[in-house]
Amino acid sequence: MTRFLLPAGVFALLVAVLFIGIQRAPEKTVIPSALIGKSAPAFTLPVLGSDQQFYADSLRGRWYVLNVWGTWCPECRNEHDTLLEIARSRALPVVGLNWKDDDSAALDWLEQLGNPYDVVAVDREGRVAIDWGVYGAPETFLVDATGTVVYRHVGPLNLQIWSREFLGRLPRASAGGGL
Amino acid sequence: MIAEIGHYALILALLASLAQAFFGLIGAARNHDSWVATVRPAVTVQFLMTSLALAVLVVAFVQNDFSVEYVAANSNSALPVGYRIAAVWGAHEGSLLLWAWILVAWTFAVAALSKRLPAGFAARVLGVLGLVSLGFHAFTLFTSNPFLRLDPAAPDGRDLNPLLQDPALAAHPPMLYAGYVGFAVAFAFACAAMLEGRLDQTWARWTRPWTTVAWAFLSIGIALGSWWAYYELGWGGYWFWDPVENASFMPWLVGTALIHSLAVTEKRGLFKSWTLLLAILAFSLSLLGTFLVRSGVLVSVHSFAADPTRGMFILAFLVIVIGGALTLYAWRAPLLRSEAGFEFTARESFLLFNNILLVVAAGAVFAGTMAPLISDALGLGTLSVGRQYFDPVFLLPTLPLLALAAVGIHSSWKKGRLGERRKAILLTLVVGVLVAVVLVLGAWEGAMLLTPIGFALGIWLMLSALVDPIDRWRRGLSLSRGVVGMAIAHAALGLFTISITAVESYTRERDLALAVGETGQVGEFEYRLRDLRAVEGPNYDALRGEIVVYENGREIGLLHPEKRNYWVQRQVMTEAGIDMQLTRDIFAALGEDLGAGRWSVRAQVRPLINYVWLAAFLMALGGVIATTDRRYRQESAG
Repeated sequence: MTRFLLPAGVFALLVAVLFIGIQRAPEKTVIPSALIGKSAPAFTLPVLGSDQQFYADSLRGRWYVLNVWGTWCPECRNEHDTLLEIARSRALPVVGLNWKDDDSAALDWLEQLGNPYDVVAVDREGRVAIDWGVYGAPETFLVDATGTVVYRHVGPLNLQIWSREFLGRLPRASAGGGL
Repeated sequence: MIAEIGHYALILALLASLAQAFFGLIGAARNHDSWVATVRPAVTVQFLMTSLALAVLVVAFVQNDFSVEYVAANSNSALPVGYRIAAVWGAHEGSLLLWAWILVAWTFAVAALSKRLPAGFAARVLGVLGLVSLGFHAFTLFTSNPFLRLDPAAPDGRDLNPLLQDPALAAHPPMLYAGYVGFAVAFAFACAAMLEGRLDQTWARWTRPWTTVAWAFLSIGIALGSWWAYYELGWGGYWFWDPVENASFMPWLVGTALIHSLAVTEKRGLFKSWTLLLAILAFSLSLLGTFLVRSGVLVSVHSFAADPTRGMFILAFLVIVIGGALTLYAWRAPLLRSEAGFEFTARESFLLFNNILLVVAAGAVFAGTMAPLISDALGLGTLSVGRQYFDPVFLLPTLPLLALAAVGIHSSWKKGRLGERRKAILLTLVVGVLVAVVLVLGAWEGAMLLTPIGFALGIWLMLSALVDPIDRWRRGLSLSRGVVGMAIAHAALGLFTISITAVESYTRERDLALAVGETGQVGEFEYRLRDLRAVEGPNYDALRGEIVVYENGREIGLLHPEKRNYWVQRQVMTEAGIDMQLTRDIFAALGEDLGAGRWSVRAQVRPLINYVWLAAFLMALGGVIATTDRRYRQESAG
């Protein structure tokens, strides 16, 4: 009568595969980015609230964080306090990429909630975000001194992720914030 | 306040489902009449509470309550109210709630229509259904609660994914879930029969109409999804062997096998343990499919486990429900014996082969769908399985299946009397082959090896399905609804085969680069971009093209493809322009701006494509007609 046990056996195998899948998952990033290990896409964009231009290349030689946000995104508001905390720690320069947003709304937002960014680049058309393969705001990239993308986090940051995935990847000497 | 009412209602529904499962299963096992009597009231409470929870979520969406996180993430004040309601099932949390509600609605229907069943048996059926909804309510409440608040409230919502802002897709999930969940009823009947250790022909008669209706819903759900993919995704295809599609197609294939196997069990008392297994499998694949799709595990293992609690919860639930049923099966199925025999060319044989081929087809789809997941889980690297695998592997069992159906329709129970029907079988076959040859020779260009085979099989099957009922009707003999439904469904399968063959063989497609006033050639057709202008919708602005299509210099169609830019989600969507004609679809989709005023235009002319979906609807219609057969009504009425 073993043939009646066969379906249960096959199912047990399937469960084992799914179980292994879940167990292995925390080692991996949530959404693998094709960019990781490659150089960060270069861009030149206007700086929010000024006539200046921001060149991504000007950061060459330093580790920095690129945070994609917009005032239209509720999760970005959730994330904002964490970003302020991160900015206060001055661990790394934080570059904001204001994505498909309205300049005045973005300036109001920073005035009301506080500004965690060392500089905010304005990507009104969303073209730079496409180059970076942005999946949805908020999204945060860690870029090393050679201009290589080291890590990407999709969704709002929290301090735990920040210290484990971002600070944990830094070489000791490169910490120290501000532009 | 209102979101909290929904939250409480869901907690009460969970408790009611617990009572339903406990009193149903334990009450029946211990023969406590008073416990068994509590099951139906528990079902009613669960139904009312789940309905209240769903209604609350709908109200939150309609009133734009952006203090509810789920609403803020999936709606927007500029979204038309119809889509605000559809947005309820636009993402994970709300879909689960809809799933649970449909399950409870089916349970409620079973409770209402099963008054004539033996009390213990009905209690067990409802108990098993209670156990399943318990799992869903718990999963929703503990890992995916749609009623969580957002503090501070969002000023406006992030809007529904524009891909989902479409009437067919608004209706697609409820239909699909109604089908998935309907198989839960067959599953519960199977589990109850195994628990009682008794499975007879009346059991199959009770189970059949529920299963057929669920199958009809699933057919319509899949067809709507495919139709949506065709005109909304802008690629012009109707089936992509995408994991999400496969997840709905596997239960359909097994469900189709189940319908046929139930027929044998009802009429002849055979295939009992096999029918049980199919009932378990159909629902297991539905569950697996729902979770795999909703958790995104098939797209990538990573997003599944991005929330390990969710992943583990799902796995534990699958182990309890599917593992429990399969263990019960291994224990009880050996006790079921079928004594009756049958001759090799009797209807039983045909249905046996039907079952084998359908299950082989489902297995092939399953293997292709799971292979990337298994390879990734075992660390063998990423693997992608596409059409090159699915097309041949699926056709291998299904082409013989069509021929088998065309002959098997003429067979009779128990005795192999095919010889007497030789004339009808050969005549339909000859007509099928002749018409196929004429069609292929008449439109030879683009025909492939499978083109004449597909036409011949389709026409043969269609004629075979209709020849008998038409003959009886002409002679004024009575026709039962069961026979009429069966004829319609099988003829629809023939129509389906013919139209798929035509689409796959004779589609003309090309990507053109056109500026206003320019013309491009697509096979024997000419596409002319006459105009391109900006238009505005309720929550998007769009570029709308006007394309005139000519065949041999004669105007045959006027298309208005759009490229929409949705404001809130900042997403660009392609809205294909399609001219639906009796024998073909003329299709155009706007692609990219190529600069200098030129746009890429995807141009396609697809013959008979609408008959693919029409055939799916006719199959479902056949199922529904068969379900209204008198013998089921007599059964439920007395």
